[in-house]
Amino acid sequence: MTAIAHRYEFVYLFDVTNGNPNGDPDAGNLPRLDPETNRGLVTDVALKRKIRNFVALDKEGGPGHAIYMQEKAILNLQHEKAWKALDIPPDTKDGYKKLPKDEAKAREITAWMCTNFFDVRTFGAVMTTGINAGQVRGPVQLGFATSVEPVLPLEISITRMAVTTEKEAEAQSGDNRTMGRKHILPYGLYRAHGFVSAKLAERTGFSDDDLQLLWRALINMFEHDRSAARGEMAARKLIVFEHASAMGDAPAHVLFDTVKVERATLEDDGPARSFADYRVHIDAEALPRGISVREYL
Amino acid sequence: MAFGARILVWGERACFTRPEMKVERVSYDVITPSAARGILEAIHWKPAIRWHIDRIHVLKPIRFESIRRNEVGGKLSPASAAKAMKAGSTAGLATFVDEDRQQRAATVLRDVRYLIEAHFELTSRAGPDDSVGKHLDIFNRRARKGQCFHAPCLGVREFPASFALLEDDAPAPLPDDGVEADKDLGWMLHDIDFSDGMTPRFFRAHMHGGVIEVPPWQAGEVKA
Repeated sequence: MTAIAHRYEFVYLFDVTNGNPNGDPDAGNLPRLDPETNRGLVTDVALKRKIRNFVALDKEGGPGHAIYMQEKAILNLQHEKAWKALDIPPDTKDGYKKLPKDEAKAREITAWMCTNFFDVRTFGAVMTTGINAGQVRGPVQLGFATSVEPVLPLEISITRMAVTTEKEAEAQSGDNRTMGRKHILPYGLYRAHGFVSAKLAERTGFSDDDLQLLWRALINMFEHDRSAARGEMAARKLIVFEHASAMGDAPAHVLFDTVKVERATLEDDGPARSFADYRVHIDAEALPRGISVREYL
Repeated sequence: MAFGARILVWGERACFTRPEMKVERVSYDVITPSAARGILEAIHWKPAIRWHIDRIHVLKPIRFESIRRNEVGGKLSPASAAKAMKAGSTAGLATFVDEDRQQRAATVLRDVRYLIEAHFELTSRAGPDDSVGKHLDIFNRRARKGQCFHAPCLGVREFPASFALLEDDAPAPLPDDGVEADKDLGWMLHDIDFSDGMTPRFFRAHMHGGVIEVPPWQAGEVKA
């Protein structure tokens, strides 16, 4: 597979309606908030998880598209077997802690991982430390997604007409009910920025096909991530800047600044409750030379 | 400034992890010379050259924020990868995130902006056609155009860094109001000595008028 030949940056907009896009473990699973601005946050790793899950669904682990970081609740017995019957003898001092001293062997392992695993090829992976070849830095980099405007988390109390244990049932003398809690955002439009380095893609073999798959994953990943907590989430815009060269032709922040997300009506008409309340505008005039912009969504 | 480069870097968040607090990451108050070098290398680097950070200007007040995320605890062992290679199948080679989950908090910096002054010297791997002037020109051209090898980051890759070249004739920007101009930042990582088995070396960082003078790598006050 030939690697991609252009540098890319992308602006990704997605929204949530009556749901929790990314809970904060520090705050009892409330939607993440930036405490200074009250804007919502979705971490980079949350988005990467959804990309991985989409690729796993779409390719069903086909050749070259296995996923290394998996979400699954079965025991991985083969992993343990892998520790036995090896043809690389463990290092006398470090055991298996370090990569084989033989750098060629180390590179071979890394290359094989990149060829077979989509997420290693895309996001990189740390395969122990010691030799640089053991750490793959992937070409695709995502920042945190931030909501365009401050969001308001609501706490919704819910009841369940059943209890978990007999003890609870006795305590309630047969009136079996428990109360629960859900945190939702009535609405939030989030904006994330991403980067794709052609130079790092050369090292992992991240190809044009992989790039198209990445775009498809971004566009469709919420369609396969429905759950009680998420509410309605949808990808709204994917704006991709392609540089003419591998090194790039313009600073990334200049490109991101050309995408403006504003309220559709300029007079303040209360809190936004749908994507129709926003207007996305790309300032094509301000685009530097050598940059082509494409709206995939 | 004929032989050095000056570059402005800024971003929403940053995490220059203190080595003594790696598990629940806590960032240093300011960018380390090591992280600054990484940003410069993201723009231009060759084995023939070696960047040295001279000065770091802190242009925004130092503020922190806490973020907790689910992370995985383990790393892939090359042994199991080798095993799968031999078997010619990826079956069973995976990390199941829900079995290897760790929730870790990170105390990270908010809204940072720095001016990095640096120069480089040629290493032993420099060929006959490598010269400081040539590489400096390449660096300046790239930084001016916003070109980079990969997107530079502020300590960790989820916090991308925006950068812009500060031209030779431009004055250094003044720090914002609210920057504590004079501060003893304590012992801080200078860089990691890769020639000596990855030994970290430290220096005593002082901020005077918003500027940290970084001692040269060989200086006596840089201690391993």
